[in-house]
Amino acid sequence: MTGVAVLTVLLVLLPLFAIFAYLIYKGIGSINIAFLTQTPKPVGEPGGGMANAIAGSMVILAIASLLGVPLGIGAGIFLSEYGRNRYGDIVRFVSDVLNGVPSIVIGIVAYGLVVMRQQHFSALAGGVALAIMMVPTIARTTEQMLLLVPQAIREAAYGLGVSRWRTTLSITLRTATSGVITGVMLAFARVAGETAPLLFTAFGNQFWNWKADQPTAALSLQIFTYAISPFDEWHRQAWAGALVLIILIVGAVAAVRIAVRHGTFAGA
Amino acid sequence: MGVGIKVEHLNAFYDKTQALFDVNITVRANHATALIGPSGCGKSTFIRCLNRMHETIPEARVDGKVHIGDLSVYNGTSATQLRRRVGMVFQKPNPFPTMSIYDNVAAGLKLNGFRNRKLLEEAVHKSLESAALWDEVKDSLHKKSGASLSGGQQQRLCIARALAVQPEVLLMDEPCSALDPISTGKIEELIFQLKEQYTIVIVTHNMQQAARVAEFTGFFLLGKMIEFDKTEKIFTNPFDKRTEDYVTGRFG
Repeated sequence: MTGVAVLTVLLVLLPLFAIFAYLIYKGIGSINIAFLTQTPKPVGEPGGGMANAIAGSMVILAIASLLGVPLGIGAGIFLSEYGRNRYGDIVRFVSDVLNGVPSIVIGIVAYGLVVMRQQHFSALAGGVALAIMMVPTIARTTEQMLLLVPQAIREAAYGLGVSRWRTTLSITLRTATSGVITGVMLAFARVAGETAPLLFTAFGNQFWNWKADQPTAALSLQIFTYAISPFDEWHRQAWAGALVLIILIVGAVAAVRIAVRHGTFAGA
Repeated sequence: MGVGIKVEHLNAFYDKTQALFDVNITVRANHATALIGPSGCGKSTFIRCLNRMHETIPEARVDGKVHIGDLSVYNGTSATQLRRRVGMVFQKPNPFPTMSIYDNVAAGLKLNGFRNRKLLEEAVHKSLESAALWDEVKDSLHKKSGASLSGGQQQRLCIARALAVQPEVLLMDEPCSALDPISTGKIEELIFQLKEQYTIVIVTHNMQQAARVAEFTGFFLLGKMIEFDKTEKIFTNPFDKRTEDYVTGRFG
């Protein structure tokens, strides 16, 4: 029985390690200072890099997190603390359906909501698309994590004369912090690699852009463009971009975990 | 200082089920009052009506009058205001698991907007001392989580946490039912000291405990207060046959 368990663990871990190893093998050779500091060169010119796409991804993900995390956690709080009724059931159902909507469809929605109105592509539109994708995952995991907090803990706070909303924020949510963070990071990691919803929202950009209302490069878009190109040099850069993307995601998740561990009490 | 409690015609319901029927009782300030009775007789429901904890359960409601000191519990007092004056200790120790010992005790004050650091430290010190826990935890106030203490220590931590907001009344809902005899002894000793400053109402399944700690005892049966008198009287010469059957173990 233990053997079977070990075997299945290996089977689960194998693809992850295989992908990581292959990315390193293919990508590491093209990662250099230029790749991390320069913008793409025109076709045929060697060199250049994805610095603008790395920065663009960070900007888009920051916007997405800024919009999606508070909304998702807020919805999760509603579902667990106030949603034991029909309204809650409706929100739960809608959120589960939203979770299953193909990402490209969400891109179209963001296109309609933001791009059409602004009359051009932008990092903001990309951020909105990714935020919409983050919300259901965060809401449902937050709900589950808050429900795991025993009622006795809430009662302890009520018994001290702490109001209901204060109890929810300072006691229930705090007790469930590590679980909620897991949900947030899961949602973050999932959307960080999304390409489809960015195609006609952030659109991509060959140059530096720091304005949130202008077309913005993103790693996933750049990888997509380079990977389907006919040039060997671009293929190599696409591999490097993929490696950088995965390192950024792992780095962000690890950084948040460490920060949270320092912020809350470790003994529990 | 503790204040008295006066309950008149109290009825409590869970949705359509009535759990308490016309309970009347006067609790004396700075004394310990024990409530005994078989499981499901309404004694826990009763003390949860005293700090309006009952109404946190969906579909639960109450009617009747409760006065705690000069405070009318169900008339013009907010539940949060009331609960700052009426502390509660629960059946199972429930420290906040992600907080240090210090933060657990300071929680009530901090979450109610109290920020003065020096006064907070004093309050924590004093409360832990009153709960007879200071000597055991003074070196790990910030290092250890409340959940890492033993069960008996956790319960005393919860008592300290309740005392920190300086209540006038302390409600204890079977505070020793999850504890071993030694920890139980410590809590009982504590109740003895605490009643000098607080009015204590304690629900217990353990009749010896009622006899040991309380001056007054009330006997509940099927949601009704059958008898309320001096503890000695309840245990030696009860007025009602049903009380006698219960305290002598001939119940049922």
